[in-house]
Amino acid sequence: MADAQAQAGWGHFVKSHSAAALQVTGLHVVLSGTKVLHDVNASITRGRWVSIVGPNGAGKSTLLAAMAGLLPVQGRVEIGGEDLQAMPAARRAQQLAWMGQGESVGDDLSALDLTLLGRLPHQSWFSGLNAADQQHAEQALRSMHALQWRDRYVGTLSGGERQRVLLARALAVQAPVLLLDEPLANLDPPHQADWLELMRTLVDAGATVVSVLHEISMALQADELLVMQQGRVVHQGACTDALSHRALESVFDDRIQVRTVDGQLVALPRSTRR
Amino acid sequence: MRDYVYQRPLVLGLLLCAVTLVMLLAGMLAGSNGLDDWHGLGAWLGPAQPEADSGMMAQIVWQIRMPRSMGAWLAGALLGLAGALSQAVFRNPLADPYLLGSASGASLGVCLALVGLDGSLIDMHWLARLGLTGAAFAGAMLAVAMTAALASGVAQTLRLLLAGVVVAVVLGAATSLVLQMYPHLLQSMQGFMLGSTAFVGWDSCALMLAALLPGLALAMVLGRWLDGLALGEQTATSLGLPVRPMRWVLIMTLALATGAAVAHTGLIAFVGLAAPHITRRMVRWGSRHGVLLASLMGGLLLVAADLLARVVIAPRELPVGVLTALIGGAYLLWLMRRHKQGGGIS
Repeated sequence: MADAQAQAGWGHFVKSHSAAALQVTGLHVVLSGTKVLHDVNASITRGRWVSIVGPNGAGKSTLLAAMAGLLPVQGRVEIGGEDLQAMPAARRAQQLAWMGQGESVGDDLSALDLTLLGRLPHQSWFSGLNAADQQHAEQALRSMHALQWRDRYVGTLSGGERQRVLLARALAVQAPVLLLDEPLANLDPPHQADWLELMRTLVDAGATVVSVLHEISMALQADELLVMQQGRVVHQGACTDALSHRALESVFDDRIQVRTVDGQLVALPRSTRR
Repeated sequence: MRDYVYQRPLVLGLLLCAVTLVMLLAGMLAGSNGLDDWHGLGAWLGPAQPEADSGMMAQIVWQIRMPRSMGAWLAGALLGLAGALSQAVFRNPLADPYLLGSASGASLGVCLALVGLDGSLIDMHWLARLGLTGAAFAGAMLAVAMTAALASGVAQTLRLLLAGVVVAVVLGAATSLVLQMYPHLLQSMQGFMLGSTAFVGWDSCALMLAALLPGLALAMVLGRWLDGLALGEQTATSLGLPVRPMRWVLIMTLALATGAAVAHTGLIAFVGLAAPHITRRMVRWGSRHGVLLASLMGGLLLVAADLLARVVIAPRELPVGVLTALIGGAYLLWLMRRHKQGGGIS
């Protein structure tokens, strides 16, 4: 399944030469009068999976939206060495797949039709869907174990089921870079595990994934952590790096501790009571 | 697993066209004596009719009943189109073409035009009628512009909705004020407010058709981009859709469609809301065919309502807007009850 996707979707990605899939330089974002991001710099390496973590209000979702070119920003965002602001919308849409937090959708679309909307960047203005689009959409639904709902109205699905369809919609774009905001929201543990596996497969096939995850143990499954606090990136480093763990514990006021359990990194709550 | 009533949009489309044709035919037969008016059909079938009054009958059918039924269909189709577009813009299946204040704006426009023309809706020259449509359209556009200005653009749909409510109230008050000053216009205005197809002639039909065709063409061209709007502004933008410009174009189109319908048939309630809604329950939705089907559905609903309004208390007739309000209200109530039992609104 993932091999097929790799061949169809991310192949062209390797041909480009720039090492950074996404490069953010001197980024400032002001939203309705409030400065949300202060001079953010970050570099996301091609073929890596990066988790953005930090306390509530740290600016994680804003950074992700800015990376997707969805916000008016000061500073520069580059994708594959190209300025995102100057990029035509259609090209940008093919390069970046984005999934928002708590995305609401028209309830009267079927799961398949919703997923097919992920093919919009690949369609010209007037052309309809072709068999390949249909195939890609079904493939995306299948990889999220959601194909059985293809004809169900999205409004009739449960929160977790809907989330899987939304993820399928983002996967159907088949962009080399995926930006996902809280992709695990509403997912039960088996489907969280499935999703982690799927991300690993995609990244192995050459995709770049940036995800905002607020469950730290999930975030630690990525390759790198981008730790944020109060609108700034305070640390970027490998998930296995002790320095990253230190930064993580510090932005959460040392109320969490990163441990290795059965060879897996986990974040545990630390009580203040002794 | 939910099955759609009609898997294929084409089947529903053909069915709607067929039923509409039957309704239009019935509309030609429906005179002030009810439906027993078979002379009408004879006159329509051929001039070789032996009756002496067949010529007059033909004239009644061709100059009064036909344009009236066609006008009802066109107005309904315009409202169905506007309803489907506003539901796409507002991402709400219960959005209505009148939401942006365009109806109140059109009313005020018609009211002011009537003051200017100092006339009634009967015996109106087509130029004057064009002026009336123009006034209704200008009013609708003005109202939409006010709404957009009040909401400081089209960025936030919730603000747009609220601004639309405010504009509707203010313009409604202005209309009442003008009517206070020119009470002799009250009757013409009342006909307009209740919605009526009685004054629709061929020229009105031509004007409505001129508004309907580009609107439908736009919806077909935008097609799946309209569905993309359902994902919300950010996701739609991430898929490469020019969301803001699209919203402007759609809002202008729905103002044009609403204005054109309202100018000729007055304020007809619920058709714009119900037509797309019923269509969604019958067929797998996709804007490319959905908007067209909603438009066909709107046309059918209004032709049927118009027919009913003409025969139900013949020789007198009900204002069709009253009838659609009653039926539409009942439909909505039924829908709410159903949803209370059956879960989320769709």
